[in-house]
Amino acid sequence: MDMELFQQILVAAIKTGTPLLLVALGELICEKSGVLNLGQEGMMLMGAMAGFAGAYFSGNLALGLLLAMVAGMMMAGIFALLSLNLNTNQVATGLALTIFGSGLSAFLGASLVGSTVNGFKPIAIPLLSDIPFVGPLLFNHDILVYGSFVLVAICWWVVNKTRAGLTLRAVGENPYSANALGIKVIKVRYIAVLTGGAFAGLAGAYMSLSYTPMWMENMTAGRGWIALSLVVFASWRVGYLMVGAYLFGVASILHLVMQGIGFTISPNLLAMMPYVATIVVMVIISSNPIRQKLAAPMSLAKPFDSRRH
Amino acid sequence: MKLNKWISAAAFAVSSLLAPASMAADEPLKVGFVYVGPVGDHGWSYEHDQGRIEMEQHFGGKVSTTFVENVPEGADAERVITQLAKSGHDVIFTTSFGFMNPTIKAAKRFPKVRFEHATGYKRSKNVSTYILRTYEGRYVSGVAAGMTTKTNVIGYIASFPIPEVIRDINAVYLGAKSVNPDVQIKIVWVNTWYDPGKEADAANALMDQGVDIILQHTDSPAPLIAAEKRGMMGIGQASDMSHFAPTAHMFSIRDVWAPHYIRTVEEVMAGSWKPEDYWGGFAEEILQVVSVNPTLPEEVKTAISSSEAKIKSGQFHPFTGPMKDNQGKEVIPAGKTLNDKELASVMWYVEGIDATIPK
Repeated sequence: MDMELFQQILVAAIKTGTPLLLVALGELICEKSGVLNLGQEGMMLMGAMAGFAGAYFSGNLALGLLLAMVAGMMMAGIFALLSLNLNTNQVATGLALTIFGSGLSAFLGASLVGSTVNGFKPIAIPLLSDIPFVGPLLFNHDILVYGSFVLVAICWWVVNKTRAGLTLRAVGENPYSANALGIKVIKVRYIAVLTGGAFAGLAGAYMSLSYTPMWMENMTAGRGWIALSLVVFASWRVGYLMVGAYLFGVASILHLVMQGIGFTISPNLLAMMPYVATIVVMVIISSNPIRQKLAAPMSLAKPFDSRRH
Repeated sequence: MKLNKWISAAAFAVSSLLAPASMAADEPLKVGFVYVGPVGDHGWSYEHDQGRIEMEQHFGGKVSTTFVENVPEGADAERVITQLAKSGHDVIFTTSFGFMNPTIKAAKRFPKVRFEHATGYKRSKNVSTYILRTYEGRYVSGVAAGMTTKTNVIGYIASFPIPEVIRDINAVYLGAKSVNPDVQIKIVWVNTWYDPGKEADAANALMDQGVDIILQHTDSPAPLIAAEKRGMMGIGQASDMSHFAPTAHMFSIRDVWAPHYIRTVEEVMAGSWKPEDYWGGFAEEILQVVSVNPTLPEEVKTAISSSEAKIKSGQFHPFTGPMKDNQGKEVIPAGKTLNDKELASVMWYVEGIDATIPK
C-alpha cells in the first residue's frame, strides 16, 4: 500500500473516530463512578441539535459548542435524577433516555433541517504540520479534534494521577466503603454523569458543526451505541479508548477507500465491518473473565442506597 | 422511536374511530403517502412531499392527505401501509424501492384500495408502478461532469446495486465519455439511502483518490457539503440543493412529482384508474435541471441545456445501440434503444467502466 493512501486512511480514521472518542470518554468517566448510562445516543443527538441551533441563530460556533454541552448535561441531569436519587434501574432509564433524546431532538430541530452553518475549519499548526506524514496526520485538524487530544490527556491524568480520580474510582468500586470514609457518593456520581453528558453533547456538536455541518434527524446513526462497546473494549482505560476509537474509525472508513481503489466486495459485507469488529473484540475480552472482572468497576450499574449500612 | 411516527399513529387511531360517524357522500378522497426518509431530507422524500402538498392544493377540499415519514424498508413498512389502508385511504403512494413487497402484500388484503409504488417492478390488479427517467438527468450530469473535471476522474456515491442505480451509473459514464474520452468513474457503495456521516465519508474517500466531481445516488446533501469544504464540485440529487453548497453546486436534477400525483388522483376520481407502469422524464417535465450555477463556464452551461433539450425532444436516447457491456458482450444491437422493460432490468456496466457490480 502506498504511503499517501495509508496516510489518507489514518487521517480519515481520526476524523471518523473523534465523535466516538468524545462520547466514549464521557461514558468511561461515568462508568468509573459505577453508573451505566445507555442514553449516549440520545444525549449526542440533543447535543448535535442544540449545537447546530446555537451556531445557526447566533452565528457563533463557540456558543454552539457551549449549548451542545449544556443540552447533553441537561439530558444527563434527568438520568441522574431518576437513577441516583430515585434509584431507578440504570439500564432501563438509559434506554429511555436514548429514545427520548432522539424523539425530542427531531421534534425541536424540525425547523432547522435544511439550514446550513459554516462549520469548524481545519487549522494547520505552523511548523508541526510540515513534518512529513505525522504533520498532516496530527496537526491539520479542526479545533474539536485537537480538543479531543487534550481531553484524553486530561481524563487520563485525572483518573489515574489525582485524588479526585481516586475518589471517583473508589465510588465505582465500593460506594459503601467510600461512604464510610466520608465521600459523598451521590455527589461524585452526579459529577461523573453530568461530565458524561457534556462529553456526549460535545460529540454531537462535532457531528453537526464539523463532520457534516448540518442538522438532520437521527444524524448520529448509532454512534452512541458503538461508543458504549468501546468502553468495554478499552477495559475502562483512557489510553486504550483512544486506540479503540481510531481502530473503529479505520474499520468504518476502510471499505469506502477499498472500493475507490477498485476492490469489489459486497457492500453488505463491508458495511458490517465496524459491527463485526465490535463482536470480535467482545469475544476476545470476554474470553478472559478474570481480567474482565478486574477491569470493570465493581459496582457498575448497581444503585447506591445511603440508608443501607 | 420517531416522534412523528407516534403522532401519525395516534392520528390514525383517532381518524379510524371517527370514520364511521363522518361517512358522507361528499367526503374528500383520502390519499396516503409512505416515505423512507424524513420529509426534511431535502432530497428524495422532501420532493415527494412537495408533490403531495401541491396535489392537495390543486384539488381544493376534495382531497385530504396523510403521510408517514421515516418508514424503514421491510416489515415495518407493511404495518404502516396496512394501517393507512385500514383507516380508509383510497389511494396509497409508497415511495421507495424497498416498499415493493410490503405494498404487494398489503394490496392483496385491501383489493379496493389503489396502490402506487415508486421505482419498483411488481404490479397487480390494484398496484401501479411509477418511476422517473432519472437516467436522463444523469446523462446531462455526466456531460457537465466530463467537461468540468480536471483530474478526469468523477466519483459516484451509490446506494444499493439495483437496476435503477446501475442504469444511472451507466448514463453518467456515457454522458461524460461523450465529451471527454479520457474520463474515468469511481463508484463507492454505501449501502444506505440516507446516512449523512457515511455519505460524507464516501465523498471524502473519493476525493482523496483524485475525484474532483461528486455525484450521488443517496439523499442527503452531505456529499455536496463535503465537496464544498474541499473546493471540489458536485451535482444535487432529487431536489434543489444549491443553498447547501453555493460554490460546489453545479446544478440539481429535481424530481417534480405533482403532475403524476394530480393525474393519478384525477383518474381515481373519474373511475378510470387502471394499473400501469408509468415512466416520466424531461419530456413530461417531472424531471428538471434546476439552479444551474451561474459561475459555470458558458460552454458547460450550453452543453447542459442542449443535452437536456436533445433528450427532451426524443431526438436522443442515452441507451442507444450498438452498446457493449464491460465484459465485451453486446447488450444493445445497432439501431435499437432500450425499451422501458429492458431499462428496468439493466444489471450490467457499460463498456469502459472499470468496476464490477457487487453481488
